[in-house]
Amino acid sequence: MASAFSAAKFSAQPFPLNHTSTTSHDSSIVFAKPTSLFLGSTRKLRLTSSSKFNLSRRSGTVDAVSDVVKQKKSKSSPSLLITKEEGLELYEDLVLGRAFEDMCAQMYYRGKMFGFVHLYNGQEAVSTGFIKLLKQQDSVVSTYRDHVHALSKGVPARAVMSELFGKTTGCCRGQGGSMHMFSREHNVLGGFAFIGEGIPIATGAAFTSKYKREVLKEADCDHVTLAFFGDGTCNNGQFFECLNMAALWKLPIVFVVENNLWAIGMSHLRATSDPQIYKKGPAFGMPGIHVDGMDVLKVREVAKEAIGRARRGEGPTLVECETYRFRGHSLADPDELRDPAEKAHYAARDPITALKKYLIENSLASEAELKTIEKKIDEVVEDAVEFADESPVPARSQLLENVFADPKGFGIGPDGRYRCEDPKFTEGTAHV
Amino acid sequence: MAAIFQGVGAAATLSSSPSNSFVPKKFLTSPRRSFCVPSSVVVRSDGSVNFDLNSKSRRAQQLVANAVATKADSSAASSSSNPGHELLLFEALREGLEEEMERDPCVCVMGEDVGHYGGSYKVTKDLAKKFGDLRVLDTPIAENSFTGMGIGAAMTGLRPVVEGMNMGFLLLAFNQISNNCGMLHYTSGGQFTIPIVIRGPGGVGRQLGAEHSQRLESYFQSIPGIQMVACSTPYNAKGLMKAAIRSENPVILFEHVLLYNLKERIPDEDYICNLEEAEMVRPGEHVTILTYSRMRYHVMQAAKTLVNKGYDPEVIDIRSLKPFDLYTIGNSVKKTHRVLIVEECMRTGGIGASLTAAITENFNDYLDAPIMCLSSQDVPTPYAGTLEEWTVVQPAQIVTAVEQLCQ
Repeated sequence: MASAFSAAKFSAQPFPLNHTSTTSHDSSIVFAKPTSLFLGSTRKLRLTSSSKFNLSRRSGTVDAVSDVVKQKKSKSSPSLLITKEEGLELYEDLVLGRAFEDMCAQMYYRGKMFGFVHLYNGQEAVSTGFIKLLKQQDSVVSTYRDHVHALSKGVPARAVMSELFGKTTGCCRGQGGSMHMFSREHNVLGGFAFIGEGIPIATGAAFTSKYKREVLKEADCDHVTLAFFGDGTCNNGQFFECLNMAALWKLPIVFVVENNLWAIGMSHLRATSDPQIYKKGPAFGMPGIHVDGMDVLKVREVAKEAIGRARRGEGPTLVECETYRFRGHSLADPDELRDPAEKAHYAARDPITALKKYLIENSLASEAELKTIEKKIDEVVEDAVEFADESPVPARSQLLENVFADPKGFGIGPDGRYRCEDPKFTEGTAHV
Repeated sequence: MAAIFQGVGAAATLSSSPSNSFVPKKFLTSPRRSFCVPSSVVVRSDGSVNFDLNSKSRRAQQLVANAVATKADSSAASSSSNPGHELLLFEALREGLEEEMERDPCVCVMGEDVGHYGGSYKVTKDLAKKFGDLRVLDTPIAENSFTGMGIGAAMTGLRPVVEGMNMGFLLLAFNQISNNCGMLHYTSGGQFTIPIVIRGPGGVGRQLGAEHSQRLESYFQSIPGIQMVACSTPYNAKGLMKAAIRSENPVILFEHVLLYNLKERIPDEDYICNLEEAEMVRPGEHVTILTYSRMRYHVMQAAKTLVNKGYDPEVIDIRSLKPFDLYTIGNSVKKTHRVLIVEECMRTGGIGASLTAAITENFNDYLDAPIMCLSSQDVPTPYAGTLEEWTVVQPAQIVTAVEQLCQ
């Protein structure tokens, strides 16, 4: 019976302030009481009619995810959270994320990619849980830890790997790099190096969605935007400013906090006066939810609700996913500050192992099928590396391309012609 | 002071109208002589120039006054086929914005108090009533975030016009403007365009204090991937606003707090001003004076005095702060061999500094004298009126500089 998703896991919460011992099962702190996940439901409403919360409906429909799981499991006829196809899809995406990132580390140490590379190992459940529910026209905005978000959204592994190698076949023609993954086709809006600066971009994308519906009268436009960012970002002004604007205008956006407890070497508890990030949602008039981010099925349940809310035009949601990165902040981070016991605790909650267990125990998939998937992913990743290796590096002529959408922006040269008409421009040797 | 501003507007009309058969018959066209001041100049798009000249006489005195002509002249001049209509600079901006919003439903406005309040300088007056609260969006006071929101909206298909209530407030948006506005087209490998316009009033006003008197063009000029333009007359304000909105590049449009009430007659028909071109204000032979925004009027005032003293300055409003129109500027340098830059930016790292470098790099052989650059003092703008006056370049200093340059 012991499923990886039992409520017991909820009580193992981030370590409290000043906690120095290494016991990982301290008495549960206030973090997540199963009955009060959607804190928006406890608020008194004195807002204008334009921002209605249906309070009673909310507290009725949204319980702790763990309760939902328990309920479903306790029914006489076993109804599961996912179908077999969904399960395999989720599993494949989780494994892709992990395998890709592991390969990135290898390639980095072999000198195929450089600079700052931030790996997502351990956090895959958040990306898979949320992004696999999106349509192609929905948008995703991320941070520098964006490889897996791009992969989950559908950007081919080849394109991402080439971008990391700095090749011209990369998704950004080699001009972006690890921290700037963009894809117009799959609506991945970046990839940002400074934390917090993607959140207004996501708010803008959500604004466009609302604008299309209400001003351009595209009645069926229900595109949702997901903004992913970390615990460190939640102390940044742009976060709060965007929570305000999104709630004010009921933008179709979900703010997903990937709280992995560490901002490089700064523990979340040392940086934040009130570490319970989900509580900050109701302060701005939106529901705030805390979920176990190591559990892809729990994340998926919460994501369904939040994305559904946004699609229906009910406004934004703040979802705090408690998760953990197994590696350092970046490949240059020696990762000396984190407690090995903490790491071990979360390693035991590896999302891939957990889902594998769930699938097998509920007879959704066999070991063999999962092995097949793992092999397939290995091949995909190997192929991506080969492709990236064989791709050409950008030619010099690419240097001055894409600076301006309209290259007339380089101005008029002394000879009266636009500088972009100068052949040196297309060669990339002109000096701007 | 106000009269001069009003008058200047009219002169600008005459000098910058693009209509093809504009010069009424009563104005003569003849070779220029020294001491003759053209009171109306038509610079056509093909580069040819027509002058209106009157022989030196008592009329010279009157003409000197008409170097910054009064409204009376403009009404005479506009009795031609194209009547145009008269309006103030902020109304011209609004007209341009409104026309573009009618033309393209994706054009929208975001900023503080742009909607119900109509804009702190009334540039967006009544637009919210016409287009709705979502298209003319009143934002909370969060410059960094709503500018970023504008950029995100631009990436996903809209064409926002973001207003900084005062340009100085956009310092708070520097993160978004530098990192995202300028860079995302490049770092995305050309996948996303950012057709955003960021505009607002800046410059030294009337005792507004240091923080409301900032000139951000010098801070923004290094950002790759953006274009910067500065408007100075109702004609080019409307033209540049429209061109900026239609441009696929991110454009920062600098307006000046003191120029919003300039009056001018502008054409009725649709027109734009090229974003990358400079504007010839007054052709001349002796010295090239490069300027932009409010300083254009100080320069033209100094031009009156200079003409009386026998100089013949060529005045160019560079309009495009980034990139520079090296063609117009270069042609002028090749003609006059002397350059004076008059700007309101601070000395250090200002537009003038960049322009000096660009001219030296490209046209060094044509210079007979070192480039002179008159900028504001490197001080936070003081509140006291007298001190504030000495912070910016005054016409008397311009006259002295030209005299020095032409020795």
